[in-house]
Amino acid sequence: MSDNTIRPFTAASFNRYLAEHKLMASRCPACDAVYLPPRAICPRCHGEALEWIELAGRGRLAAFTSVLVGPSAMITEGYDRNNPYVAGIVELDEGVKISARILGVDARRPDVAWIGTPLTVTYLDRGEGDTKSAVLAFSAD
Amino acid sequence: MPKPKPFPHGVAIVGVGISKFGAFPEKTSRDLFVEAFKELRHSVDKGFDPADIEALYLGNYSSDLFEGQGHTAPIMADAVGLVPVPAMRLEDACASGGVALRQGAMAIASGMHDVVLVGGAERMTRLPTAQVTDTLGSAADTLYEIPAGFTFPGFYAAIATAYMHAYGMTPEQLMNVAIKNHENGALNPKAQFGVTIPDWMQGRIAAAIKKGKPAPTWRDQWDFLHDDAANPMVAWPLRLFDCSPVTDGAACVLLVAANRAREFTDDPIYIIGAGQASDAPLHDRADLTTLSAARKASQMAYEQSGVRASDIRIAEVHDCFTIAEIVACEDLGFFEPGTGYKAAEDGVTARDGARPINTSGGLKAKGHPVGASGVAQAVEIFKQMRGEAGARQVKGDIPLAVTHNVGATGSTCVVHVYERR
Repeated sequence: MSDNTIRPFTAASFNRYLAEHKLMASRCPACDAVYLPPRAICPRCHGEALEWIELAGRGRLAAFTSVLVGPSAMITEGYDRNNPYVAGIVELDEGVKISARILGVDARRPDVAWIGTPLTVTYLDRGEGDTKSAVLAFSAD
Repeated sequence: MPKPKPFPHGVAIVGVGISKFGAFPEKTSRDLFVEAFKELRHSVDKGFDPADIEALYLGNYSSDLFEGQGHTAPIMADAVGLVPVPAMRLEDACASGGVALRQGAMAIASGMHDVVLVGGAERMTRLPTAQVTDTLGSAADTLYEIPAGFTFPGFYAAIATAYMHAYGMTPEQLMNVAIKNHENGALNPKAQFGVTIPDWMQGRIAAAIKKGKPAPTWRDQWDFLHDDAANPMVAWPLRLFDCSPVTDGAACVLLVAANRAREFTDDPIYIIGAGQASDAPLHDRADLTTLSAARKASQMAYEQSGVRASDIRIAEVHDCFTIAEIVACEDLGFFEPGTGYKAAEDGVTARDGARPINTSGGLKAKGHPVGASGVAQAVEIFKQMRGEAGARQVKGDIPLAVTHNVGATGSTCVVHVYERR
């Protein structure tokens, strides 16, 4: 797909952008509203003329948890009771929120005071070539 | 949302049944549903003929993934001798049972049916824990939430951190909910964990002694709840005893047109309001300390029935996690935002408190067979309102009560208002 074609507002497009290390949202020009994850239909005006915008990738931690008993996919990655990880909800400077892995904090010493911590987007690369993908993550500054 | 309309025709519950909740390697959800239905038959004061049932509305989240059995509704209908009546399965995650109840009530309220069976069933313990986690996880947004590593304990843990940050609650204060719900569950013979936490501790001590191991020496239940070995962290700040268990179970209620209720019993319980609302995934909400859909569903149910939150005497709420009960009580309008945890601490929500919550033991102690839970809540309310709840019976009349059932992190919420006349 060439860069001047508008990619469809789908999870596949969002994930391809992540693999390219871009955090992309959709914007409704009529409402001037930004949506992350991207939406194909604006829930405010129900308009369909959305456009992609790249977010700056900076935000703050809104809520989080340190997971000791994870889903199969995380167990496969080596996470367990002795090796917990942090998942969180990040509020971006553009005002939208998203679920993401949270890095740069000690998952063994969670503290509610982390809420509000400034974060910067980062990408956890998976696979190679055609199967290259990335998991969305944010890291404490 | 448009203003809710009152039911064109009244709806009454005239009988209820519930299976034992627990882990049953040799029982399918079908067997559990049959068990609940047999109890329901005996609960109808003046008796009834199953041939009079006109439809089945079944709440079930995922018999497909849990048991390898899809298309469950006609199978359940057949198992209790209801074919060829229409049988519908409703799936809205852990709110499936409550949604089935609302659909059944609406079938009667519309005038289309006079006698409807509403059931809920789930068999969950057949799968190993990691697969249960994955199956439940598929009720969240698998495209955008699950890749972050969230689990259901994780989502509610995140809600807890937002709540702690906003209102100053500590993880210790969540434990009041678990202690209370186990105290109630200990009086419910159908509960999966029908023991108080001190009873549970005694069981652990006895088991250690029997095995010749050193007996744990907890000072009290608070000491036990802080013990990382006995009550391990699952998703900080939620520990094992902050989480409802994995459960097999079923429940059902018989709904009839209000104008025919006296053919079945002299003490029917009326459903006078049924609100339901939906929401986006958790990250897409303005306020992470409340379930907006629960507020909307309760507002709808209250408006429909013409009652206020302060009129409600007791409630069964969706305590899939301890934090969920605290948020639920606030969303139902029982307590102001940020004060629900104090109400739990002060005993307001205890069985002998001003506003008893989850007298059944809740999802926490009674168990949480996800598709059955919303129906099991109605079973408890029916028993409590009629004074048939045995050792856990709340004192005094209960003219109005509520059930509150949640799917996922509140992407679906359904609230019913019940009246005894």
